[in-house]
Amino acid sequence: MTTLKTKQALPAEGHLATAPASEVRARHTPLVPSAGARRVWLTLLGWGIALLIFFPILWMVLTGFKSEAEAIADPSLIFSPTLESYIAVQARADYFKFALNSVVVAFGSTLLALVIAIPSAYAMAFLPTRRTKGTLLWMLSTKMLPPVGVLVPIYLLFRDVGLLDTRTGLVIVYTLMNLPIVVWMLYTFFKDLPRDILEAGRMDGASTLQEVLYLLLPLTLPGIASTGLLSVILSWNEAFWSLNLTSSSAAPLTAYIASFSSPEGLFWAKLSAASTMAIAPILVFGWLTQKQMVRGLTFGAVK
Amino acid sequence: MSKTRASGRTVGGLRSLSLQAPAVTLLLLWMLVPLGMTVWFSLQRYNLLMPGMESFAGLENYEYLFTDPALWRAMGNTLLLVGSVLVITVGGGVLLAVLFQQEFPGRGIARVLAISPFFVMPTVSALVWKNMMMHPSNGVLAWLAGVFGLPAVDWFSSLPLTSIIIIVAWQWLPFALLILLTAMQSLDEDQVEAARMDGAGPLAIFFYITLPHLKRAISVVIMIEMIFLLTVFAEIYVTTSGGPGLATTNLAFLIYIQALLDFDVGLASAGGVVAIILANIVAIFLVRLVARNLES
Repeated sequence: MTTLKTKQALPAEGHLATAPASEVRARHTPLVPSAGARRVWLTLLGWGIALLIFFPILWMVLTGFKSEAEAIADPSLIFSPTLESYIAVQARADYFKFALNSVVVAFGSTLLALVIAIPSAYAMAFLPTRRTKGTLLWMLSTKMLPPVGVLVPIYLLFRDVGLLDTRTGLVIVYTLMNLPIVVWMLYTFFKDLPRDILEAGRMDGASTLQEVLYLLLPLTLPGIASTGLLSVILSWNEAFWSLNLTSSSAAPLTAYIASFSSPEGLFWAKLSAASTMAIAPILVFGWLTQKQMVRGLTFGAVK
Repeated sequence: MSKTRASGRTVGGLRSLSLQAPAVTLLLLWMLVPLGMTVWFSLQRYNLLMPGMESFAGLENYEYLFTDPALWRAMGNTLLLVGSVLVITVGGGVLLAVLFQQEFPGRGIARVLAISPFFVMPTVSALVWKNMMMHPSNGVLAWLAGVFGLPAVDWFSSLPLTSIIIIVAWQWLPFALLILLTAMQSLDEDQVEAARMDGAGPLAIFFYITLPHLKRAISVVIMIEMIFLLTVFAEIYVTTSGGPGLATTNLAFLIYIQALLDFDVGLASAGGVVAIILANIVAIFLVRLVARNLES
């Protein structure tokens, strides 16, 4: 703890050679007697809660490396790791085919949704009319249509135009499914941008397109990134449409895991191995982008 | 000046409309076509098991639906599920966002771990909770209860709806945290510092600076979560299949049972129409609330 404290204090001392470090720290936390004790408590609390929330995922990953007997035994962190469940699972269904479908569908639908949503959100944020709020709320209300309520019509339409069990079909459904949320989120991020910046651009003779490309998009990139991330995740994890509209050639990972869920319900190690493979790509993707996103947001935060 | 502004407004209005056109048109099609078909089917006697027997039913399906106690039970379950999860995730999300905004060693990793459940697909998280966590004899929770000498809980038969709420809240708490944490990044540190200099305690700073700053982010969280929570499906499908009895049947699941298990397209469509109306009633109340926050 002491080393951490001195590390913290060093830069402050460097800048304010005469001000004692303790005084600088005390000003930051006037009500807490010891900054060191507060730090210890914060660390314990933060890590404790984080691990508690993460535990089911950790447990699933560990179980995937256990034998079936160990998987249902009393919880233990000590076991001899084995890949046998992974091998058994891969032998039953080709993971990579499903994973490729998930990637294509999730990213394809997100890109399409962003391209359609950006002009719309721009108009709502910077050229609001009397009807803007109504339009926005109406868009969101389309999201409240329970998918199951419109499954039959969509299924019949897709069958008639040959979109059943195609990636194109899923991309269309997911684009439309996420469009309201994408518009809404972009709108809130665009609204946070001071209008003066865009007006200054307009004064300098920028066209709408230039305004969007050179001012709006770069300045709200963190917001757009987090919107896109959300859309990718929602598409990746969507289970209702993918289960009902695909059967084999376009089936994504949600269908893959569903094919394991019923017969393997009693085989926890295999179920865990398949689950781990199904969520690993999006989890890693989420981890990577999350870091960048938070950094981008701290950097791009406009006062 | 006033002249140019007036003409600018109409030009702006046109430009605004044309820019919004693609999104609006697509969503209109996406909504109106299936909605129209659903309303049409809801007025038909239409069962997939009896092809060729389709005929006009008028309001028969609705009559059947509204006299079926299952509908009211499902509505109650839907509202209970949405309400509970919203309270847990927004309340917990704000507290966690404040916690993870503080400096502590390894904060970045702790944040990432806490946000992780949101990336897990609902089918997987439901399976993991159902088997490895809440299993009455081999689950981690049963083992924990045993360690403390408590009787193991058979989660899905004695506390079915609570179990579903726990699973769904576990998935959406990280979402609230992620959005609120990003909103925290734009909190004016100078303002907080100034308040602190003036002698404001942590609680005062939380209620008078942090919470008002998070208002819009909280609105966004409520809006988005509500949309998804009204149509929770996979979690129920994988764990309880709506049971025991109707204990965990929400509207989405009720329609699913009618459409895909009973093959009654007419009745399922009537349920779909009711679900849409209910969703919009709930939405109007919340949207009013949220829209006020977006005015600023």
